[in-house]
Amino acid sequence: MRISADQGRCLGAGQCVLSAPDRFDQSELGLVEVLDPEVPEGDEQRFRDILDLCPSQALSLEA
Amino acid sequence: MTVLPEYPQARGCPFQPASGYADYAPVSKVRLYNGREVWAVTGHAEARQVLLDPVTYSSDRVHPHYPALAPRFESARKVRNFIGMDPPEHTVQRRMLLSSFTVKKTNALRPRIQALVDGLIDEIEAKGPVADLVPDFALPVPSIVICELLGVPYADHAFFEHQSRRVVTGSTTLEESADAFAQLKGYLDELIQRKQREPGDGLLDTLIAEQVETGGLTRAELVDIALLLLVAGHETTASAIALGVVTLLEHPDQLTALRSDARLLPTAVEELLRYMAIADGIARFATADADLAGHRVRAGDGIVVVIATANRDGEAFPSPAAFAVDRGARHHVSFGHGVHQCIGQNLARAEMEIALGTLFRRLPGLRLARDLADLPIKEAGGVQGVWELPVTW
Ligand code: HEM
Ligand code: HEM
Ligand code: SF4
Repeated sequence: MRISADQGRCLGAGQCVLSAPDRFDQSELGLVEVLDPEVPEGDEQRFRDILDLCPSQALSLEA
Repeated sequence: MTVLPEYPQARGCPFQPASGYADYAPVSKVRLYNGREVWAVTGHAEARQVLLDPVTYSSDRVHPHYPALAPRFESARKVRNFIGMDPPEHTVQRRMLLSSFTVKKTNALRPRIQALVDGLIDEIEAKGPVADLVPDFALPVPSIVICELLGVPYADHAFFEHQSRRVVTGSTTLEESADAFAQLKGYLDELIQRKQREPGDGLLDTLIAEQVETGGLTRAELVDIALLLLVAGHETTASAIALGVVTLLEHPDQLTALRSDARLLPTAVEELLRYMAIADGIARFATADADLAGHRVRAGDGIVVVIATANRDGEAFPSPAAFAVDRGARHHVSFGHGVHQCIGQNLARAEMEIALGTLFRRLPGLRLARDLADLPIKEAGGVQGVWELPVTW
Protein backbone atom coordinates (compact mmCIF):
# COMPACT_ATOMS: atom_id res chain seq x y z
CA MET A 1 0.00 0.00 0.00
CA ARG A 2 1.03 3.59 -0.61
CA ILE A 3 0.02 6.84 1.09
CA SER A 4 -1.58 9.34 -1.21
CA ALA A 5 -2.01 13.01 -0.19
CA ASP A 6 -4.33 15.60 -1.71
CA GLN A 7 -2.83 19.06 -1.18
CA GLY A 8 -6.09 20.52 -2.47
CA ARG A 9 -7.88 19.24 0.65
CA CYS A 10 -5.07 19.77 3.20
CA LEU A 11 -5.63 22.59 5.68
CA GLY A 12 -2.32 22.35 7.44
CA ALA A 13 -3.36 21.12 10.86
CA GLY A 14 -0.10 19.16 10.97
CA GLN A 15 -1.61 16.04 12.57
CA CYS A 16 0.21 13.82 10.08
CA VAL A 17 3.59 15.44 10.87
CA LEU A 18 2.98 14.93 14.59
CA SER A 19 2.10 11.27 14.04
CA ALA A 20 4.93 10.31 11.70
CA PRO A 21 7.57 12.99 11.13
CA ASP A 22 9.60 10.48 9.13
CA ARG A 23 6.77 10.16 6.61
CA PHE A 24 5.19 13.62 6.42
CA ASP A 25 6.36 17.21 6.22
CA GLN A 26 4.73 20.56 5.46
CA SER A 27 5.72 22.75 2.52
CA GLU A 28 6.60 26.45 2.80
CA LEU A 29 2.87 27.10 2.27
CA GLY A 30 1.99 24.79 5.15
CA LEU A 31 0.59 21.99 2.97
CA VAL A 32 1.29 18.28 3.39
CA GLU A 33 4.25 16.64 1.67
CA VAL A 34 4.72 12.87 1.78
CA LEU A 35 8.38 12.07 2.37
CA ASP A 36 8.01 8.32 1.91
CA PRO A 37 4.69 6.84 0.73
CA GLU A 38 5.50 3.12 1.16
CA VAL A 39 3.51 1.37 3.89
CA PRO A 40 5.28 -1.86 4.90
CA GLU A 41 3.15 -4.99 5.06
CA GLY A 42 1.67 -5.42 8.55
CA ASP A 43 1.80 -1.66 9.23
CA GLU A 44 -1.49 -0.85 7.48
CA GLN A 45 -3.55 -0.44 10.65
CA ARG A 46 -1.05 1.98 12.20
CA PHE A 47 -1.26 4.12 9.07
CA ARG A 48 -5.06 3.88 8.89
CA ASP A 49 -5.13 5.32 12.43
CA ILE A 50 -2.74 8.12 11.44
CA LEU A 51 -4.77 8.93 8.33
CA ASP A 52 -7.97 8.93 10.39
CA LEU A 53 -6.60 11.83 12.45
CA CYS A 54 -6.32 14.09 9.40
CA PRO A 55 -9.16 16.56 9.91
CA SER A 56 -9.60 17.39 6.23
CA GLN A 57 -9.53 13.82 4.86
CA ALA A 58 -6.59 14.71 2.65
CA LEU A 59 -4.79 11.39 3.09
CA SER A 60 -5.63 7.92 1.81
CA LEU A 61 -4.09 4.51 1.28
CA GLU A 62 -3.83 3.15 -2.25
CA ALA A 63 -2.94 -0.31 -3.52
CA MET B 1 -44.96 17.97 27.33
CA THR B 2 -41.38 17.02 28.14
CA VAL B 3 -38.97 19.72 29.25
CA LEU B 4 -35.79 19.68 27.21
CA PRO B 5 -32.41 19.92 28.93
CA GLU B 6 -30.66 23.25 28.49
CA TYR B 7 -27.41 23.96 26.70
CA PRO B 8 -25.03 25.14 28.04
CA GLN B 9 -25.05 23.86 31.61
CA ALA B 10 -22.57 24.97 34.25
CA ARG B 11 -19.83 22.54 35.17
CA GLY B 12 -19.85 21.43 38.79
CA CYS B 13 -16.13 20.67 38.67
CA PRO B 14 -14.04 22.74 36.24
CA PHE B 15 -12.56 19.74 34.45
CA GLN B 16 -15.67 17.55 34.29
CA PRO B 17 -18.35 18.03 31.63
CA ALA B 18 -21.78 19.02 32.88
CA SER B 19 -23.69 15.78 33.35
CA GLY B 20 -27.10 17.03 32.24
CA TYR B 21 -27.16 15.73 28.68
CA ALA B 22 -24.99 12.61 28.94
CA ASP B 23 -28.14 10.46 29.08
CA TYR B 24 -29.28 11.78 25.73
CA ALA B 25 -26.34 10.45 23.68
CA PRO B 26 -25.45 10.48 20.91
CA VAL B 27 -27.90 13.05 19.49
CA SER B 28 -30.85 14.75 21.16
CA LYS B 29 -32.77 18.01 21.33
CA VAL B 30 -31.74 20.72 23.83
CA ARG B 31 -33.00 24.22 24.54
CA LEU B 32 -30.88 27.37 24.28
CA TYR B 33 -31.08 30.48 26.51
CA ASN B 34 -33.48 32.12 24.05
CA GLY B 35 -35.83 29.13 23.94
CA ARG B 36 -34.63 27.88 20.57
CA GLU B 37 -34.49 24.10 20.23
CA VAL B 38 -31.32 22.73 18.66
CA TRP B 39 -29.64 19.34 18.27
CA ALA B 40 -26.97 18.48 20.82
CA VAL B 41 -24.45 16.08 19.30
CA THR B 42 -22.77 14.33 22.21
CA GLY B 43 -21.38 11.14 20.59
CA HIS B 44 -17.83 11.10 19.25
CA ALA B 45 -18.56 9.52 15.86
CA GLU B 46 -21.56 11.81 15.36
CA ALA B 47 -19.53 14.89 16.36
CA ARG B 48 -16.94 14.01 13.76
CA GLN B 49 -19.62 13.31 11.18
CA VAL B 50 -21.02 16.83 11.63
CA LEU B 51 -17.64 18.56 11.75
CA LEU B 52 -16.40 16.70 8.65
CA ASP B 53 -19.32 17.90 6.55
CA PRO B 54 -19.22 21.70 6.21
CA VAL B 55 -21.58 21.54 3.21
CA THR B 56 -24.45 20.12 5.28
CA TYR B 57 -23.41 21.71 8.60
CA SER B 58 -22.48 25.35 8.11
CA SER B 59 -20.25 27.58 10.28
CA ASP B 60 -21.60 30.79 8.71
CA ARG B 61 -22.00 32.94 11.82
CA VAL B 62 -23.65 35.80 9.99
CA HIS B 63 -26.54 33.56 8.92
CA PRO B 64 -29.68 33.93 11.05
CA HIS B 65 -29.94 30.13 11.38
CA TYR B 66 -26.55 29.97 13.12
CA PRO B 67 -27.42 29.38 16.77
CA ALA B 68 -26.21 31.84 19.37
CA LEU B 69 -25.33 29.74 22.40
CA ALA B 70 -25.35 32.76 24.72
CA PRO B 71 -26.49 36.37 24.33
CA ARG B 72 -22.94 37.61 23.81
CA PHE B 73 -22.55 35.55 20.64
CA GLU B 74 -25.13 37.67 18.86
CA SER B 75 -22.71 40.58 18.59
CA ALA B 76 -19.95 38.34 17.27
CA ARG B 77 -22.09 37.80 14.17
CA LYS B 78 -20.76 41.05 12.78
CA VAL B 79 -17.18 39.83 12.86
CA ARG B 80 -16.38 38.13 9.56
CA ASN B 81 -13.38 35.86 9.57
CA PHE B 82 -12.69 32.29 8.56
CA ILE B 83 -13.82 30.60 11.80
CA GLY B 84 -17.32 31.76 10.81
CA MET B 85 -17.13 31.04 7.07
CA ASP B 86 -17.66 27.93 4.95
CA PRO B 87 -15.41 26.67 2.14
CA PRO B 88 -14.40 27.95 -0.36
CA GLU B 89 -14.33 31.39 1.30
CA HIS B 90 -12.95 29.88 4.52
CA THR B 91 -10.18 28.02 2.72
CA VAL B 92 -8.79 31.11 0.98
CA GLN B 93 -8.33 32.99 4.27
CA ARG B 94 -7.04 30.02 6.26
CA ARG B 95 -4.40 29.25 3.63
CA MET B 96 -3.00 32.78 3.93
CA LEU B 97 -1.96 31.89 7.50
CA LEU B 98 -0.88 28.26 7.22
CA SER B 99 2.81 28.87 6.62
CA SER B 100 3.10 30.54 10.05
CA PHE B 101 1.53 27.61 11.95
CA THR B 102 3.38 24.55 10.64
CA VAL B 103 4.81 22.02 13.09
CA LYS B 104 8.32 23.22 12.14
CA LYS B 105 7.51 26.91 12.72
CA THR B 106 5.85 26.28 16.06
CA ASN B 107 8.72 24.04 17.19
CA ALA B 108 11.14 26.83 16.31
CA LEU B 109 9.34 29.00 18.89
CA ARG B 110 10.02 26.53 21.72
CA PRO B 111 13.29 28.08 22.97
CA ARG B 112 11.59 31.47 23.18
CA ILE B 113 8.59 29.98 25.04
CA GLN B 114 10.97 28.19 27.42
CA ALA B 115 12.82 31.44 28.23
CA LEU B 116 9.53 33.21 28.77
CA VAL B 117 8.22 30.48 31.09
CA ASP B 118 11.47 30.42 33.09
CA GLY B 119 11.34 34.20 33.50
CA LEU B 120 7.78 34.08 34.83
CA ILE B 121 8.64 31.31 37.31
CA ASP B 122 11.67 33.35 38.49
CA GLU B 123 9.28 36.19 39.29
CA ILE B 124 6.82 33.88 41.04
CA GLU B 125 9.62 32.44 43.19
CA ALA B 126 10.98 35.89 43.99
CA LYS B 127 7.58 37.09 45.16
CA GLY B 128 7.22 33.93 47.26
CA PRO B 129 4.05 32.00 48.06
CA VAL B 130 1.12 32.54 47.56
CA ALA B 131 0.85 33.20 43.79
CA ASP B 132 -2.25 33.45 41.60
CA LEU B 133 -1.21 31.41 38.58
CA VAL B 134 -3.86 32.92 36.29
CA PRO B 135 -2.45 36.48 36.02
CA ASP B 136 1.13 35.51 36.98
CA PHE B 137 1.60 32.55 34.65
CA ALA B 138 -1.24 31.05 32.63
CA LEU B 139 -2.34 34.28 30.89
CA PRO B 140 1.01 35.95 30.12
CA VAL B 141 2.50 32.86 28.41
CA PRO B 142 0.04 32.63 25.48
CA SER B 143 -0.54 36.35 25.51
CA ILE B 144 3.14 37.26 24.96
CA VAL B 145 3.56 34.43 22.44
CA ILE B 146 0.63 35.51 20.25
CA CYS B 147 1.67 39.19 20.47
CA GLU B 148 5.19 38.39 19.31
CA LEU B 149 3.90 36.13 16.56
CA LEU B 150 1.49 38.77 15.22
CA GLY B 151 3.77 41.74 15.83
CA VAL B 152 1.43 43.39 18.35
CA PRO B 153 3.26 45.47 21.00
CA TYR B 154 3.04 43.54 24.28
CA ALA B 155 2.87 46.89 26.05
CA ASP B 156 -0.80 46.91 24.96
CA HIS B 157 -1.52 43.45 26.40
CA ALA B 158 -3.54 44.57 29.42
CA PHE B 159 -5.96 46.32 27.09
CA PHE B 160 -6.71 43.42 24.79
CA GLU B 161 -6.57 40.76 27.49
CA HIS B 162 -9.31 42.64 29.24
CA GLN B 163 -11.33 43.22 26.05
CA SER B 164 -11.00 39.68 24.75
CA ARG B 165 -12.11 38.34 28.11
CA ARG B 166 -15.22 40.39 27.72
CA VAL B 167 -15.73 38.72 24.33
CA VAL B 168 -15.34 35.06 25.29
CA THR B 169 -16.60 34.72 28.85
CA GLY B 170 -19.93 33.20 29.70
CA SER B 171 -21.38 36.06 31.73
CA THR B 172 -20.76 38.77 29.15
CA THR B 173 -23.89 40.57 28.04
CA LEU B 174 -24.72 41.47 24.47
CA GLU B 175 -23.92 45.17 24.98
CA GLU B 176 -20.68 44.40 26.73
CA SER B 177 -19.43 42.01 24.06
CA ALA B 178 -20.43 44.44 21.29
CA ASP B 179 -18.46 47.18 23.01
CA ALA B 180 -15.47 44.88 23.52
CA PHE B 181 -15.48 43.95 19.83
CA ALA B 182 -15.67 47.61 18.83
CA GLN B 183 -12.75 48.55 21.09
CA LEU B 184 -10.58 45.71 19.83
CA LYS B 185 -11.37 46.48 16.20
CA GLY B 186 -10.52 50.17 16.66
CA TYR B 187 -7.22 49.26 18.29
CA LEU B 188 -6.25 46.77 15.57
CA ASP B 189 -7.28 49.07 12.74
CA GLU B 190 -4.99 51.77 14.10
CA LEU B 191 -2.17 49.30 14.64
CA ILE B 192 -2.45 48.01 11.06
CA GLN B 193 -2.42 51.55 9.65
CA ARG B 194 0.68 52.31 11.70
CA LYS B 195 2.31 49.13 10.38
CA GLN B 196 1.48 50.12 6.81
CA ARG B 197 3.61 53.24 7.37
CA GLU B 198 6.31 51.55 9.48
CA PRO B 199 6.48 47.82 8.71
CA GLY B 200 7.74 45.40 11.38
CA ASP B 201 8.40 41.67 11.17
CA GLY B 202 5.32 39.95 12.62
CA LEU B 203 2.60 37.89 10.92
CA LEU B 204 0.44 41.01 10.55
CA ASP B 205 3.28 42.73 8.70
CA THR B 206 3.60 39.72 6.39
CA LEU B 207 -0.15 39.74 5.71
CA ILE B 208 -0.06 43.48 5.00
CA ALA B 209 2.76 43.02 2.49
CA GLU B 210 1.46 39.81 0.88
CA GLN B 211 -2.30 40.37 0.98
CA VAL B 212 -3.42 43.91 1.77
CA GLU B 213 -0.94 45.66 -0.54
CA THR B 214 -1.79 43.22 -3.37
CA GLY B 215 -5.57 43.34 -2.99
CA GLY B 216 -5.92 39.82 -1.49
CA LEU B 217 -7.46 41.25 1.69
CA THR B 218 -8.97 44.60 2.59
CA ARG B 219 -7.72 46.29 5.75
CA ALA B 220 -11.10 45.60 7.38
CA GLU B 221 -10.76 41.89 6.60
CA LEU B 222 -7.29 41.83 8.12
CA VAL B 223 -8.64 43.50 11.26
CA ASP B 224 -11.19 40.67 11.65
CA ILE B 225 -8.51 38.00 11.11
CA ALA B 226 -6.16 39.69 13.61
CA LEU B 227 -9.02 39.83 16.10
CA LEU B 228 -9.63 36.11 15.71
CA LEU B 229 -5.96 35.22 16.23
CA LEU B 230 -5.56 37.50 19.21
CA VAL B 231 -8.64 36.26 21.06
CA ALA B 232 -8.31 32.62 19.93
CA GLY B 233 -4.62 32.52 20.74
CA HIS B 234 -4.67 33.40 24.39
CA GLU B 235 -7.87 32.90 26.38
CA THR B 236 -8.15 29.24 25.34
CA THR B 237 -4.51 28.40 25.98
CA ALA B 238 -4.43 30.34 29.25
CA SER B 239 -7.42 28.31 30.44
CA ALA B 240 -5.75 25.09 29.33
CA ILE B 241 -2.58 25.88 31.31
CA ALA B 242 -4.41 26.90 34.50
CA LEU B 243 -6.90 24.05 34.40
CA GLY B 244 -4.05 21.69 33.47
CA VAL B 245 -2.35 22.55 36.77
CA VAL B 246 -5.60 21.88 38.67
CA THR B 247 -6.28 18.60 36.86
CA LEU B 248 -2.78 17.26 37.49
CA LEU B 249 -2.84 18.29 41.16
CA GLU B 250 -6.18 16.53 41.58
CA HIS B 251 -4.72 13.29 40.09
CA PRO B 252 -1.57 12.82 42.20
CA ASP B 253 -0.80 9.33 40.92
CA GLN B 254 -0.85 10.63 37.35
CA LEU B 255 1.30 13.61 38.32
CA THR B 256 3.82 11.25 39.93
CA ALA B 257 3.88 9.12 36.77
CA LEU B 258 4.50 12.22 34.67
CA ARG B 259 7.23 13.48 36.98
CA SER B 260 9.06 10.17 36.87
CA ASP B 261 9.14 10.14 33.06
CA ALA B 262 9.29 13.48 31.24
CA ARG B 263 8.82 11.68 27.94
CA LEU B 264 5.15 11.34 28.91
CA LEU B 265 4.71 15.10 28.60
CA PRO B 266 3.25 15.12 25.04
CA THR B 267 0.73 12.34 25.80
CA ALA B 268 -0.11 13.97 29.15
CA VAL B 269 -0.93 17.22 27.33
CA GLU B 270 -3.04 15.34 24.80
CA GLU B 271 -4.95 13.63 27.63
CA LEU B 272 -5.44 16.96 29.39
CA LEU B 273 -6.87 18.38 26.19
CA ARG B 274 -9.30 15.47 25.88
CA TYR B 275 -10.27 15.43 29.52
CA MET B 276 -10.70 19.17 30.15
CA ALA B 277 -12.41 20.10 26.84
CA ILE B 278 -11.60 23.79 27.24
CA ALA B 279 -13.94 24.71 24.37
CA ASP B 280 -17.12 23.14 25.74
CA GLY B 281 -19.11 23.03 22.52
CA ILE B 282 -19.22 24.52 19.02
CA ALA B 283 -22.19 25.52 16.90
CA ARG B 284 -23.30 24.77 13.33
CA PHE B 285 -26.59 24.83 11.43
CA ALA B 286 -27.99 22.41 8.85
CA THR B 287 -28.19 23.71 5.28
CA ALA B 288 -30.20 20.67 4.08
CA ASP B 289 -32.26 17.82 5.50
CA ALA B 290 -29.97 15.08 6.81
CA ASP B 291 -29.90 11.88 8.85
CA LEU B 292 -27.95 12.03 12.09
CA ALA B 293 -27.85 8.91 14.29
CA GLY B 294 -31.36 7.99 13.12
CA HIS B 295 -32.79 11.48 13.69
CA ARG B 296 -34.18 13.55 10.86
CA VAL B 297 -32.36 16.89 10.90
CA ARG B 298 -34.15 19.61 8.88
CA ALA B 299 -32.57 22.40 6.85
CA GLY B 300 -32.22 25.41 9.15
CA ASP B 301 -31.91 23.38 12.36
CA GLY B 302 -29.25 24.53 14.82
CA ILE B 303 -26.59 22.12 16.06
CA VAL B 304 -24.25 22.19 19.03
CA VAL B 305 -21.39 19.73 18.97
CA VAL B 306 -20.71 19.05 22.65
CA ILE B 307 -16.95 18.54 22.69
CA ALA B 308 -16.89 17.81 26.43
CA THR B 309 -19.13 14.74 26.13
CA ALA B 310 -17.82 13.56 22.74
CA ASN B 311 -14.40 13.34 24.43
CA ARG B 312 -15.90 11.04 27.08
CA ASP B 313 -17.60 8.67 24.63
CA GLY B 314 -16.78 5.11 25.71
CA GLU B 315 -16.98 3.88 22.11
CA ALA B 316 -14.02 6.09 21.22
CA PHE B 317 -12.07 6.07 24.48
CA PRO B 318 -11.96 2.99 26.75
CA SER B 319 -12.63 3.95 30.42
CA PRO B 320 -13.44 7.48 29.26
CA ALA B 321 -13.81 8.93 32.76
CA ALA B 322 -10.27 7.92 33.73
CA PHE B 323 -7.55 10.54 33.41
CA ALA B 324 -4.47 8.65 32.20
CA VAL B 325 -1.33 10.57 31.18
CA ASP B 326 -0.13 7.61 29.11
CA ARG B 327 -3.39 7.10 27.17
CA GLY B 328 -1.78 8.32 23.96
CA ALA B 329 -5.06 9.06 22.15
CA ARG B 330 -5.16 12.06 19.81
CA HIS B 331 -8.60 11.59 18.29
CA HIS B 332 -10.41 13.81 20.83
CA VAL B 333 -12.28 16.75 19.33
CA SER B 334 -10.91 19.44 21.67
CA PHE B 335 -9.52 21.33 18.68
CA GLY B 336 -12.59 20.50 16.61
CA HIS B 337 -12.38 18.33 13.48
CA GLY B 338 -12.77 18.93 9.77
CA VAL B 339 -11.75 22.06 7.91
CA HIS B 340 -11.97 24.36 10.96
CA GLN B 341 -9.77 22.21 13.20
CA CYS B 342 -7.70 24.63 15.28
CA ILE B 343 -4.96 26.29 13.27
CA GLY B 344 -3.06 27.10 16.48
CA GLN B 345 -3.13 23.57 17.92
CA ASN B 346 0.58 22.90 17.66
CA LEU B 347 1.40 26.24 19.23
CA ALA B 348 -1.05 25.45 22.04
CA ARG B 349 0.58 22.02 22.53
CA ALA B 350 4.06 23.58 22.71
CA GLU B 351 2.91 26.20 25.23
CA MET B 352 1.15 23.62 27.43
CA GLU B 353 4.09 21.19 27.38
CA ILE B 354 6.65 23.82 28.28
CA ALA B 355 4.50 25.68 30.82
CA LEU B 356 3.28 22.58 32.70
CA GLY B 357 6.52 20.60 32.43
CA THR B 358 8.65 23.49 33.71
CA LEU B 359 6.26 24.54 36.48
CA PHE B 360 6.07 21.09 38.08
CA ARG B 361 9.82 20.57 37.69
CA ARG B 362 10.82 23.89 39.24
CA LEU B 363 8.17 24.01 42.00
CA PRO B 364 8.03 20.37 43.13
CA GLY B 365 5.94 21.18 46.20
CA LEU B 366 3.25 22.97 44.16
CA ARG B 367 -0.27 22.67 45.64
CA LEU B 368 -3.56 24.55 45.70
CA ALA B 369 -3.76 27.31 48.31
CA ARG B 370 -7.56 27.05 48.28
CA ASP B 371 -9.98 24.12 48.13
CA LEU B 372 -10.88 22.97 44.66
CA ALA B 373 -14.55 23.53 45.48
CA ASP B 374 -13.84 27.21 46.24
CA LEU B 375 -12.08 28.03 42.97
CA PRO B 376 -14.18 30.43 40.89
CA ILE B 377 -15.24 28.53 37.75
CA LYS B 378 -15.91 30.24 34.42
CA GLU B 379 -19.58 30.39 33.45
CA ALA B 380 -21.35 27.75 31.37
CA GLY B 381 -20.57 27.51 27.66
CA GLY B 382 -17.74 29.07 25.72
CA VAL B 383 -14.20 28.71 27.02
CA GLN B 384 -14.07 26.77 30.32
CA GLY B 385 -11.58 27.27 33.13
CA VAL B 386 -10.97 29.02 36.45
CA TRP B 387 -10.78 32.76 37.12
CA GLU B 388 -8.22 32.50 39.91
CA LEU B 389 -5.69 29.86 40.84
CA PRO B 390 -3.98 30.58 44.16
CA VAL B 391 -1.12 28.13 44.78
CA THR B 392 1.67 27.64 47.25
CA TRP B 393 4.81 25.46 47.16
C1 HEM C 1 -11.88 37.12 17.89
C2 HEM C 1 -11.93 35.84 17.92
C3 HEM C 1 -13.21 35.13 17.97
C4 HEM C 1 -14.35 35.51 17.41
C5 HEM C 1 -14.61 36.67 16.54
C6 HEM C 1 -15.29 34.53 17.80
C7 HEM C 1 -16.57 34.57 17.45
C8 HEM C 1 -17.47 33.73 17.97
C9 HEM C 1 -18.77 33.67 17.53
C10 HEM C 1 -19.29 34.48 16.41
C11 HEM C 1 -19.38 32.72 18.25
C12 HEM C 1 -20.76 32.22 18.15
C13 HEM C 1 -21.61 33.17 17.39
C14 HEM C 1 -23.04 32.86 17.52
O1 HEM C 1 -23.35 31.88 18.20
O2 HEM C 1 -23.80 33.61 16.92
C15 HEM C 1 -18.44 32.17 19.13
C16 HEM C 1 -18.71 31.14 19.95
C17 HEM C 1 -17.74 30.41 20.55
N1 HEM C 1 -16.41 30.65 20.53
FE1 HEM C 1 -15.59 32.20 19.68
N2 HEM C 1 -14.71 33.58 18.54
C18 HEM C 1 -13.42 33.91 18.66
C19 HEM C 1 -12.46 33.17 19.28
C20 HEM C 1 -12.72 31.93 19.77
C21 HEM C 1 -11.83 30.83 19.73
C22 HEM C 1 -10.65 30.64 18.87
C23 HEM C 1 -12.33 29.86 20.42
C24 HEM C 1 -11.61 28.57 20.64
C25 HEM C 1 -12.06 27.61 21.22
C26 HEM C 1 -13.62 30.28 20.79
C27 HEM C 1 -14.51 29.51 21.46
C28 HEM C 1 -15.83 29.65 21.25
C29 HEM C 1 -16.78 28.74 21.74
C30 HEM C 1 -16.50 27.47 22.53
C31 HEM C 1 -18.00 29.21 21.32
C32 HEM C 1 -19.33 28.58 21.59
C33 HEM C 1 -19.70 27.66 20.52
C34 HEM C 1 -19.97 28.31 19.18
O3 HEM C 1 -20.93 29.06 19.06
O4 HEM C 1 -19.24 28.01 18.22
N3 HEM C 1 -13.83 31.55 20.38
N4 HEM C 1 -17.28 32.79 18.96
C1 HEM D 1 -5.78 24.81 24.17
C2 HEM D 1 -5.95 25.81 23.39
C3 HEM D 1 -6.94 25.88 22.25
C4 HEM D 1 -8.15 25.25 22.12
C5 HEM D 1 -8.84 24.32 23.09
C6 HEM D 1 -8.68 25.65 20.84
C7 HEM D 1 -9.87 25.18 20.30
C8 HEM D 1 -10.33 25.44 19.04
C9 HEM D 1 -11.51 24.86 18.45
C10 HEM D 1 -12.44 23.89 19.13
C11 HEM D 1 -11.62 25.33 17.20
C12 HEM D 1 -12.67 24.94 16.15
C13 HEM D 1 -13.84 25.88 16.08
C14 HEM D 1 -14.90 25.41 15.13
O1 HEM D 1 -14.82 24.31 14.53
O2 HEM D 1 -15.90 26.13 14.97
C15 HEM D 1 -10.52 26.25 17.00
C16 HEM D 1 -10.31 26.98 15.86
C17 HEM D 1 -9.36 27.98 15.76
N1 HEM D 1 -8.34 28.23 16.65
FE1 HEM D 1 -7.99 27.29 18.38
N2 HEM D 1 -7.80 26.50 20.25
C18 HEM D 1 -6.73 26.67 21.07
C19 HEM D 1 -5.60 27.45 20.83
C20 HEM D 1 -5.45 28.28 19.74
C21 HEM D 1 -4.30 29.11 19.48
C22 HEM D 1 -3.04 29.18 20.33
C23 HEM D 1 -4.59 29.81 18.33
C24 HEM D 1 -3.83 30.84 17.57
C25 HEM D 1 -2.64 31.09 17.57
C26 HEM D 1 -5.88 29.38 17.86
C27 HEM D 1 -6.50 29.85 16.72
C28 HEM D 1 -7.61 29.28 16.16
C29 HEM D 1 -8.19 29.73 14.91
C30 HEM D 1 -7.69 30.85 14.03
C31 HEM D 1 -9.28 28.90 14.65
C32 HEM D 1 -10.20 28.92 13.44
C33 HEM D 1 -9.75 27.90 12.44
C34 HEM D 1 -10.68 27.76 11.23
O3 HEM D 1 -11.85 28.15 11.31
O4 HEM D 1 -10.21 27.26 10.19
N3 HEM D 1 -6.36 28.46 18.74
N4 HEM D 1 -9.75 26.29 18.13
S1 SF4 E 1 -3.12 16.00 8.86
FE1 SF4 E 1 -4.23 16.37 6.96
S2 SF4 E 1 -4.74 18.54 7.00
FE2 SF4 E 1 -3.15 18.20 8.48
S3 SF4 E 1 -1.26 18.68 7.43
FE3 SF4 E 1 -1.58 16.48 7.30
S4 SF4 E 1 -2.69 16.22 5.39
FE4 SF4 E 1 -2.83 18.37 5.89
